[in-house]
Amino acid sequence: MSTTSNMNLTLKVWKQKNKDTKGKFETYNAKGISPDMSFLEMFDVVNEGLISDGKEPIAFDHDCREGICGMCSMYINGRPHGPKQGVTTCQLHMRSFKDGDTIVVEPWRSAAFPVIKDLAVDRSSFDRIMAAGGFVSVNTGNAKDANNILIPKPEADEAFEAAACIGCGACVAACKNSSAMLFVSAKVSQLALLPQGKIEAQQRVWDMVHQMDEEGFGNCTNTGACEAECPKSISLENIARMNREYLISTAISKK
Amino acid sequence: MASSPKLNAKIPPGELETKWTKFRSTVHLVNPANKRNLEIIVVGSGLAGSSAAASLAEMGYKVKVFCFQDSPRRAHSIAAQGGVNAAKNYQNDGDSVYRLFYDTIKGGDYRAREGNVHRLAEVSGNIIDQCVAQGVPFAREYGGTLSNRSFGGTQVQRTFYAAGQTGQQLLLGAYSALSRQIGMGAVTMLSRHEMMDVVMIDGKARGIIARDLVSGQLERHFGHAVLLCTGGYGNVFYLSTNAMGCNVTAAWKAHKKGAFFGNPCYTQIHPTCIPVSGDHQSKLTLMSESLRNDGRIWVPKKKDDNRKANEIPEEERDYYLERRYPAFGNLVPRDVASRAAKERCDAGYGVGTSKMAVYLDFAANTERYGKIEVSKHNIHNPTKEQIIKLGKEVVKEKYGNLFDMYKQITGEDPYELPMRIYPAVHYTMGGLWVDYNLMTTIPGLYALGEANFSDHGANRLGASALMQGLADGYFVIPYTIGEYLSEEIRTKSIPTDNEAFVKAEADVQERINKLFSIKGTKSVDNFHKRLGRIMWDKCGMARNKEGLTQAISEIQKLREEFWKDVRVTGEANEFNPELEKAHRVADFIELGELMCKDALQRNESCGGHFREEYQTAEGEAKRDDDNFAFVAAWEYKGVSDFELHKEELKFENIKLAQRNYA
Ligand SMILES: Cc1cc2nc3c(=O)[nH]c(=O)nc-3n(C[C@H](O)[C@H](O)[C@H](O)COP(=O)(O)OP(=O)(O)OC[C@H]3O[C@@H](n4cnc5c(N)ncnc54)[C@H](O)[C@@H]3O)c2cc1C
Ligand code: SF4
Ligand code: FES
Repeated sequence: MSTTSNMNLTLKVWKQKNKDTKGKFETYNAKGISPDMSFLEMFDVVNEGLISDGKEPIAFDHDCREGICGMCSMYINGRPHGPKQGVTTCQLHMRSFKDGDTIVVEPWRSAAFPVIKDLAVDRSSFDRIMAAGGFVSVNTGNAKDANNILIPKPEADEAFEAAACIGCGACVAACKNSSAMLFVSAKVSQLALLPQGKIEAQQRVWDMVHQMDEEGFGNCTNTGACEAECPKSISLENIARMNREYLISTAISKK
Repeated sequence: MASSPKLNAKIPPGELETKWTKFRSTVHLVNPANKRNLEIIVVGSGLAGSSAAASLAEMGYKVKVFCFQDSPRRAHSIAAQGGVNAAKNYQNDGDSVYRLFYDTIKGGDYRAREGNVHRLAEVSGNIIDQCVAQGVPFAREYGGTLSNRSFGGTQVQRTFYAAGQTGQQLLLGAYSALSRQIGMGAVTMLSRHEMMDVVMIDGKARGIIARDLVSGQLERHFGHAVLLCTGGYGNVFYLSTNAMGCNVTAAWKAHKKGAFFGNPCYTQIHPTCIPVSGDHQSKLTLMSESLRNDGRIWVPKKKDDNRKANEIPEEERDYYLERRYPAFGNLVPRDVASRAAKERCDAGYGVGTSKMAVYLDFAANTERYGKIEVSKHNIHNPTKEQIIKLGKEVVKEKYGNLFDMYKQITGEDPYELPMRIYPAVHYTMGGLWVDYNLMTTIPGLYALGEANFSDHGANRLGASALMQGLADGYFVIPYTIGEYLSEEIRTKSIPTDNEAFVKAEADVQERINKLFSIKGTKSVDNFHKRLGRIMWDKCGMARNKEGLTQAISEIQKLREEFWKDVRVTGEANEFNPELEKAHRVADFIELGELMCKDALQRNESCGGHFREEYQTAEGEAKRDDDNFAFVAAWEYKGVSDFELHKEELKFENIKLAQRNYA
């Protein structure tokens, strides 16, 4: 239960009716906000107030509210998922702010993520990259006994860490070039590290990178902003690994 | 008691151990050329939906998948933490298909079907094989083999896991299989689409009406069969561990079109969740059951003890689960653990400012792990600090993400202080009634995963929902659907200008118009919160006749008020989360009434359904097998009018007994 007193905040929030109209910032007051609330619960309170005043609430994406589905996507005071390291917007708590603060909230900005409404964007480009190659080609029923594939623990752990990506898109939002390299490399790495995925590694990286380019994501210039803002601390090493894999696949395709 | 003639469970005859194998080998098949002409609609992309859609598309069927999130990867299966069960016996600790079958029936308090549960146990091993082949990064031992841990209600280690992110990794595996089929054009994926109704033609399910959540347009989709894989309805309580969007709408619409609803009152209240912190709370967060492997649960022995946890000496702590249930200790099933926590808090022994919490303490096991590490590292005469430090590293590797989550939410560090936890709504064992083929009482309409009334009886064991969702999708439906579709090969794709589609769409449109026309004074959330309060107080962890009777009339009044006074902002033809919520809450209100009626009808206690009037002298659930060994399947007759049908549960292999975990 909260022991600290409540806060009053000013919000400057991006409002945009749909992808075809122009948006602008609107100012809202958030009153009586408890430090124990999550950032999204603060939005719930603001929206409840707007509804009771007969105004339209602010639209935003969210679902699990525990940092795992990757749906929430707010750009807060110039940082994807806000000021705290290693958390998603839904895991950000109002303790991270002070009474009287002004908070600026925008959607992810990238040509590959068109705005749907207010703070909600279309990230289906990520799904199309996955459909291009983010899998092991194995049909249901084809598998042999699981313990027939032995995997050294360090590699298994490394694959697991890459697999922790939640597909939120903060890496793209953080990048001045709107590059999706961190996201794509996480999947490429996870599967390239495992014997099950190695077989198709070259084809996979080739297909996924080409789809990524087609979706309009920018190039990677190694600024590292993605890693710094990633809520799951996905490592830049994955990008290096993907570049190596990609070089091999280009060499093969030239042959 | 005989089963209602309206319910044919279609359990294959013969010995328990061979029912499924025989069925699989004799079920009708559809030849590859015909499969290409058969269209299947899958609503939901969680473990059940994704695995079913990918498998069916691989077999050659034409598949369309729907989900309401912006990507199939975000279904709430993603949030499952602890693990998935399988009878592999990799630990050589006496596990077997029979033992998993037995534990599940017993854990469910003898309210599930033997035939279904045995099949589930049989295919459990294949699930692990399949997931590993897809590249799911399960936890491993140094020798490279898979690692296991224990979960509640069992005495073997059969739970496979990927740190505290098992659901995420399993779902990403199924999503990758689904993505592959999308890439090949075998599956059409419609994200940000919500199913609004089932379309019935000549008594069969033939499609759905969906709303494109971005444009707001209503769409008609035809299918030779429709699979509902739409998850559980725990959000009827408003506060639960479910995601904000989890809903009953798809299942409820099917129910109103003729699908019977099975055991709606069976709800699982999970013992270890982060307690409510204030009125603003929008959801509750689970702390995985796997923590009970290493955490000891206790409260002070003294009432209203306001000392800090670390100031309370060992001898003044009551490890009440270890005291009451020495054989299973902290690993009793969830329903038992939850009631025991409520009992202590109600009696005045709760902790924290709200006094509605108990401690989950890792200190003893941190020290134990530290000592093991110290000897592994050959450290002689270690200091206490060294031991604790190494112990914490082990704990971190096992549960790091859960500890981080706890800290973010509460602002307290669980490496230093015990966690404060309290039970919360987590899972719904009830759902659409299905036969052995997973078909509902509507021909051509199936329910998979948490959406069906499932194999868990009155209480689900931990790590068994992931198992069931994937069993249904990968290994059951691909066979059982053949029985129906082999009869449908002559049915041509029905054009969606058919009058049944037109009528169904018009009905949905009318409801949308109605919602906007009310222009009332209260938000949708306001109604949802009030419904949740009624459900939690009167149809939650403990229920009684008086409370349930009151709840029913309160919910009826709430429904009337909703349709007179709700305020839905925005427009129909745009992205409008308020409208989405309004539809869902309207359905939850109707479901809430049915849940209370079901709980009122069941004059016994079993599993998660605890009727205060029916308990043993020790306060344990008291079943009445003579009168209640049945599945309650409810038929929708009209507003507030439901008819009960009974499916008798026959136990031919397991002897009914009072559950005993002491
Ligand atoms: C926090 C948490 C932790 C858990 N941990 C474990 C665990 O460790 N082990 C375990 O075995 N079980 C666990 N469970 C239970 C388990 O995760 C779920 O029961 C299971 O994942 C449900 O899978 P599903 O495929 O049936 O549904 P879901 O994964 O919920 O998927 C439902 C799908 O249906 C779609 N949908 C719903 N309604 C509509 C509609 N009207 N129109 C269109 N689409 C719709 C959604 O978009 C989604 O794609 C946990 C549950 C929770 C909440
Ligand atoms: S790499 Fe990180 S920031 Fe990018 S999508 Fe994955 S989790 Fe989000
Ligand atoms: S709402 Fe799921 S990660 Fe934030």
